[in-house]
Amino acid sequence: MYSVILSTASRYLLPLILIFSIFLFLRGHNEPGGGFVGGLVAAAAYALYLIANGVEEAKKLLKAEPIKLMAVGLALSVVSAFIPVIYGRDFMTGIWDKNEFPVIGKIGTPLLFDLGVYFLVLGIVLKIIFSLAEEYNK
Amino acid sequence: MLNLLIIGFAASALAPFIYKRTKNYFGWIAASFPVYMFINFILRYNDIASGQIIRESTNWLPALGINFTFLLDGLSLTFVLIITLVGSAVFLYAGSYMKEYAQTGRFYLFIGIFMTSMIGLVLSDNMITLFVFWELTSISSYLLIGFNHHKESSRKSALQALLVTGGGGLALMAGLILLAQISGSFEISSLYSLHEEVVSSKLYPAIVILVLLGAFTKSAQFPFHFWLPNAMEAPTPVSAYLHSATMVKAGIYLIARLNHAIGGTVLWQDTILVVGATTMLIAALLSFKQTDLKKLLAYSTLSVLGILTMLLGIGSNLAIKAFFIFLVAHSLYKGTLFLVAGTLDHETGTRDVSILGGLRQYLPVTAIASLLASFSMMGIIPLVGFIGKETVYSSILEVENFRFLLLTLAVLSNAFIVMVTILVGLKPFWGKFLPLPRTPHEAPIKMLIGPVLLSVFGLLSGIFPNVFIQKLLDQSTISILAEELGITIKLWHGFNFVLLLSFVTLLSGIGVYFFRKKIAHIINKMSLSRSFKPSFWYDRILNGTLSFARLQTKVLQNGYLRYYIIFIILTTLGLAGYALFNIPGIDTLNINYEITIYELIIGLIIIASTLLVVTSGSRLKAIVAIGVVGFCMGIIFILYSAPDLALTTFAIETLTVILFVLVLYKLPKYLKLSKPGSKIRDAIIASGVGIFMTFTVLLVTAGEMQSELKKYFAETSLPEGKGRNIVNVILVDFRALDTLGEITVLAIAAIGVFALLKLRLKEGDK
Repeated sequence: MYSVILSTASRYLLPLILIFSIFLFLRGHNEPGGGFVGGLVAAAAYALYLIANGVEEAKKLLKAEPIKLMAVGLALSVVSAFIPVIYGRDFMTGIWDKNEFPVIGKIGTPLLFDLGVYFLVLGIVLKIIFSLAEEYNK
Repeated sequence: MLNLLIIGFAASALAPFIYKRTKNYFGWIAASFPVYMFINFILRYNDIASGQIIRESTNWLPALGINFTFLLDGLSLTFVLIITLVGSAVFLYAGSYMKEYAQTGRFYLFIGIFMTSMIGLVLSDNMITLFVFWELTSISSYLLIGFNHHKESSRKSALQALLVTGGGGLALMAGLILLAQISGSFEISSLYSLHEEVVSSKLYPAIVILVLLGAFTKSAQFPFHFWLPNAMEAPTPVSAYLHSATMVKAGIYLIARLNHAIGGTVLWQDTILVVGATTMLIAALLSFKQTDLKKLLAYSTLSVLGILTMLLGIGSNLAIKAFFIFLVAHSLYKGTLFLVAGTLDHETGTRDVSILGGLRQYLPVTAIASLLASFSMMGIIPLVGFIGKETVYSSILEVENFRFLLLTLAVLSNAFIVMVTILVGLKPFWGKFLPLPRTPHEAPIKMLIGPVLLSVFGLLSGIFPNVFIQKLLDQSTISILAEELGITIKLWHGFNFVLLLSFVTLLSGIGVYFFRKKIAHIINKMSLSRSFKPSFWYDRILNGTLSFARLQTKVLQNGYLRYYIIFIILTTLGLAGYALFNIPGIDTLNINYEITIYELIIGLIIIASTLLVVTSGSRLKAIVAIGVVGFCMGIIFILYSAPDLALTTFAIETLTVILFVLVLYKLPKYLKLSKPGSKIRDAIIASGVGIFMTFTVLLVTAGEMQSELKKYFAETSLPEGKGRNIVNVILVDFRALDTLGEITVLAIAAIGVFALLKLRLKEGDK
């Protein structure tokens, strides 16, 4: 069921959707969005690519193993919880940098935590979708 | 101290990555980590020796009284020094020993986590923190025993160790919580002033039993001893480190640590004494049947653990002194002998003591280390083991009741230990040379430093006890007994009765060695029926649980998704429905809502699509219709100004449809198999749920909701959470711990889905 139109479209749509997912992730702290939905949207981008070009192509494009994305995400969240401890604050206290950065906005441990959620959700959804798609191919 | 632990966990997590790049000299890099820890703690030696107690606290969950509180006193410093010293030897040793294994990086990850948690365990003053580290050592031990996970025996032994120590861990947690109920705080040090209250409490017997269950399972005391010999499935460095020098002493550490707070009663002392003495004797007897180097060492470790427990049970000043010296001596010589056993296995290809012999010309350095450790273990002057054994005997001589019985048992067990030592430490090097599977060579330098270091340490602390252990002994006994002993350790006490006992032990040990085959024969004849073996009961309980689980699975999880859903829904309906109808006010429900045109339209679309799902003859149509329902829900969220929920719903619905499409082609052709009867049943259940949910929602929204939370979050979101989106601030800041739990569950669920799919694939292959 290869469709040239969908395949070509997915190539252009993928970066756009990914940028949108990052946008959602970054605005999350002040407007609707956040790591969870950002990760879901990013996963949807790869899922679209998968439907258009097959699971092998999608895997090649992703490069990283989904399960590693999950591990990285979980590790980022845990690390963000321990950063304040190193600074002598309570466990999981949010620490923010005073300066505001262009595009990203304020930087702090909750943002890192949310980034962990983003990667974890992306990893989980892709792991499940890839596994299912591989089974379908067999 | 918390920072050191964080460094420890971080370093462990990085180990596999560093290993990949520096395979050949990774042993040195790895060993620098325990050495670094050792140096960090030895620098505080003078403070501790002069009687200072260092206490550090970082808030974790202060509202619940759970904090990272660490306490460095004589007792914890002693343990930390043992852990890091033996750790340095083992980490370096493993650099060479583990080369042939695949996944060595992972090995260092596990053992690094273990070392860090073990240090955390002995430093913790907060009971919950202690418990967390306690469980971490159990888990890392499980991973290390099962390191050769392709072998079934490894997996089985690992599971056994985990179930026994983990089960004990649960008992311990219950005991600690009860204890905290009395004292009102989770800090162990807060218990010291409350000794009277704790001991006279109604809960005291329960506390003692639960805490001791935890300690006895961890330290492999009878009747939980069986997991330790099986744990020898682990690679030898693990046996040397976890299962002789450190982890199995955690239970004993706990008894020593709590002794001052909850000990001193007849119940406490006698239970510990009897269990310790039983373990000491039974383990010594059981060691007879063994011919495997590591099994022999394991049973002698059990016996020593029994002696240590027994000494705590005696509880006199002298017994605590003996406990301390014996603890240090044992860690040093048993660590050495395990490493030597590993070297022998590595160099000759066998661990069978009946064919090992005459190897001193091939492995001269290893032979010397082994000789020193063996002499210490046999209690020969001038090694530290000699002082240990002398003090054990003199402390038993002080006991008032059953002195003679205890003394006989101790001499007997020690004689057996001497026999084991000759078999393990001396015979392989000085016995007759027999043909071996491999031509032996001296071990590489990395595998020599560890054993030599530990055995020389045993010699030095025997000759100069006042330099090496005197000060720590004083401070440790304060931690255990809350008073200073003022007893000095000496190597030579003159010719007295105790020295005579040492001689008797040694001679009878040598005697036992020469008649070991005959004695083994007698013991074999005596062998009791299997229902006396605790491992028999372990197997029965495990098999019983598993067959019950199978039965339950057959009933509840019969492989038909529809029945799963029916079960879940009916249970919910039954439980929640019962609760709902018992709430007053159910009859005064006034339905008075204003419905906008949008809501009406969306509601109609939802109803129409639902009808389509139920009646549709094609799967694709049904899936699309379900998707429509989902999107309508999203629109409703928007109408009620919850854009976050709507956004997430849209994303989830999209992905759900994709997932459905992926499995769609896999499914068999769509057939109508349901009988009219079951259709009616399903319809009734489905409408039941619908009505129930409607009622619940109406009921919940009927009353005015009084919530301080909403106000609190709205007010503090921007100033404290630095964000205007309250939902997100709650998720990643205010309630981040919940989120962390949720994403962990999600990750596990994804791995579960993956495993399920792979399992199905394999079945298809057959």
